[in-house]
Amino acid sequence: MDIRRWFQIIATMLSNAYWKFPLTHNLYQGPLKSVCLPSLNCYSCPAAIGACPLGAIQHFMASLRTGLQSGFYHFGLYVIGGLGVMGSMVGRLPCGWLCPFGFLQELIYKIPGPKFRISQRLTNVKFIFLALFIFILPFWVVDDLGYGMTWFCKFICPAGTLEAGIPMLLLVPDLRTLLGVLFYNKLLILIVFLGWMVISQRPFCRVACPLGAIYGLFNRSSLFRLTHDPDKCTGCQACFQDCPMGVRFYETANSTNCIRCLKCLRQSCQFDAISFEIGGISQGKNKPDKKKPAVA
Amino acid sequence: MHAKKVLPIILMVFFTVLMIAGINLGEVPVVLEKAVKICLSCIGIG
Repeated sequence: MDIRRWFQIIATMLSNAYWKFPLTHNLYQGPLKSVCLPSLNCYSCPAAIGACPLGAIQHFMASLRTGLQSGFYHFGLYVIGGLGVMGSMVGRLPCGWLCPFGFLQELIYKIPGPKFRISQRLTNVKFIFLALFIFILPFWVVDDLGYGMTWFCKFICPAGTLEAGIPMLLLVPDLRTLLGVLFYNKLLILIVFLGWMVISQRPFCRVACPLGAIYGLFNRSSLFRLTHDPDKCTGCQACFQDCPMGVRFYETANSTNCIRCLKCLRQSCQFDAISFEIGGISQGKNKPDKKKPAVA
Repeated sequence: MHAKKVLPIILMVFFTVLMIAGINLGEVPVVLEKAVKICLSCIGIG
């Protein structure tokens, strides 16, 4: 099995390592929950052992007004700083190697059936989700007491519905009496994305994930970067055909959509046109697995 | 080429400073406090 798949499996298991939840009927409440995971993993998931960075940022934004009035200067710097450190090191690599929801999307795409590409224009929508649902709305729209809401978690996040909403309803049946339009809307969003995952690769990552949008902003300036050698590139487009994010590597080597799965480097390119560098220093020539013949 | 080498380092230092500032401002217990509770409305229930 591919080494990346092992990373995804282990990261998913470690992110959700609280396996006593069927006995306790509750979340993990230990000190690890103060640490934000580098990937999208709902912290209301009964098995989650870490915090979701997106949920944490929204909470900080939602309580920022009242906090400032009370003398608490909590801007979410701890979480934003952590994401920035990760992003400036490896860019969007956690999406490709560590994210449980990204892993799920890759597995679902293996279901046979007609497959469709996602328009590159749609991939910019995730930046709107990031700005609007993570920062602006939680801070701007407040109740009488001055508190905002976690807009993305509450109205959009299909990962939260799948990892937390549905499991909690199964674990605590009494919660079913609280179900309303909000939950069914979120369930519909989840179903739409699950269906989309069958026919398109990583639709949530490409169109809607605010965390991917944050990491993607670092792709061009991160310590770890992919490089393209135009002299060796034959324009065969094998990298584009294999890319789970639909990135045309030969046009934009470090696109905000690239999740650094390295499939192009390790498998697709047969001409050594793709390599990587760390801190601007090239790390040698690419040695592809040569698993398939070159596409001319 | 020089910018390629320096920019990631500058960014890493900047965001490390941000993270440390957040820790000093007492944000870690806030994350913990939110994360250990089931936020029903956050997961679409209630």
